[in-house]
Amino acid sequence: MQGRTESRQRWPVVFLALYVGSGLAADYATLPGGRFESVLPQGRAPAVSVPVQIAPYALRTTPVTSGEFLAFVTAHPEWRRGQVPAVFADEGYLADWRSPLELGAADAADRPQTRVSWFAARAFCESEGARLPTWLEWEYAASADETRGDARADPQWRQRILAWYGRPTASLLPRVGGAANAYGVRDLHGLVWEWVDDFNALFIAEDSRTQGDSDTLRFCGAGAISILDRESYAVLMRVALLSSLSAADTTGNLGFRCARSVDANRP
Amino acid sequence: MTMPKPSRRAFVLGFGAAVTVSLIGIAGGAEPPGNSVYQLRLPLTDQDGQAFDLASGRGQPVLVSMFYTSCRMTCPMIISTIQQTVRALAPADRERMRVLMISFDPARDTVAALKRTAEERGCDTHWTLARTDEASTRKIAAVLGVQYRRLADGDFSHSSIISLLDADGRIAARSGVVGSVDPDLVQALRRQLMVHH
Repeated sequence: MQGRTESRQRWPVVFLALYVGSGLAADYATLPGGRFESVLPQGRAPAVSVPVQIAPYALRTTPVTSGEFLAFVTAHPEWRRGQVPAVFADEGYLADWRSPLELGAADAADRPQTRVSWFAARAFCESEGARLPTWLEWEYAASADETRGDARADPQWRQRILAWYGRPTASLLPRVGGAANAYGVRDLHGLVWEWVDDFNALFIAEDSRTQGDSDTLRFCGAGAISILDRESYAVLMRVALLSSLSAADTTGNLGFRCARSVDANRP
Repeated sequence: MTMPKPSRRAFVLGFGAAVTVSLIGIAGGAEPPGNSVYQLRLPLTDQDGQAFDLASGRGQPVLVSMFYTSCRMTCPMIISTIQQTVRALAPADRERMRVLMISFDPARDTVAALKRTAEERGCDTHWTLARTDEASTRKIAAVLGVQYRRLADGDFSHSSIISLLDADGRIAARSGVVGSVDPDLVQALRRQLMVHH
């Protein structure tokens, strides 16, 4: 570690999980969880921050790669391109592959797999005994930098992750395996957008300044999300993208990683 | 002991069964279309505690929406909006469609809670109020394009969408109108009932 010493250093505890079906091992890091303040309000009054408690969980250290996804569809023919019903994946599903069992580029195997729908991403995670992370789990992991569990207050760090969003998408995505953050998780920023399990929970009011009766009618209970921390542009762009998606949608820069719940009572 | 010859009666019964089976095959046994909501194998439990699969709605138009029983504002309005929509149909047509309400809140919406709401809100025998597990709730909301989130206090914030499924489970119409009858939804429902006469 360079200079900075933080109490977080006992993390990450990285363990290997057997990747079922391909013989490859998928790396998961365990994250401690705890009280967390999301950029999205969790309470009834949309303008007031309510910290939430995040249970310990394990998160894949890198996004799922094309090589891993190929192994998945090889073992699960129902998820091959051309086999998946339209209700679960649109026509762009794996459209960059040469054929249903052939990647698009010879060296695509260790690049993140994009062009997958929420249903397909979910099925992949289920196949390795995992699930998609919730938004809060993703945001919590993505709040860390290389040394700090929560670097969000640092304007320099914000600027660094924001810079990626301004770059045009390369025709071939970079390989997975960027620098590990304080939890041992890589590529949360700077590589691809990622599905979360509750993508359809992230709706935003058309104008978050108005929380009047029309919202109460359209949204039972409280109004839609309004944004608490307007400085967190990079994370808010993710929310905006995810909230605009349908579960069958696929895009060229939307990938995913998987998560697992961790029993806190176990050592 | 010799096997009795199959009687004519048994043959006729057998044939009848075969015809019935093939009719079921046409109406609901074959694989639903790729864009059908019934591609989703979704185990549900109704307000009487009976287990059923989402796809068992196949063969007739179904109005489907999501709700939770402790909701005091929009959810009762969704129910009464659907009741008014159904009332806009000719009485004979009302018999040929179903209403399915699926809970956002499987943790609190027990079978008893569903039953109580069905009675309180005057939901007749054409209505099914159902619950499933958390993961399946997320899935059905995803295919119906319904957005919802649990708030820290246990309540839900959600969009109010009434979907019309055709006899094969394709989404034939969607309406966000709550509090009054959406004429477009009624028209779409009449069209479906005509197609499947």
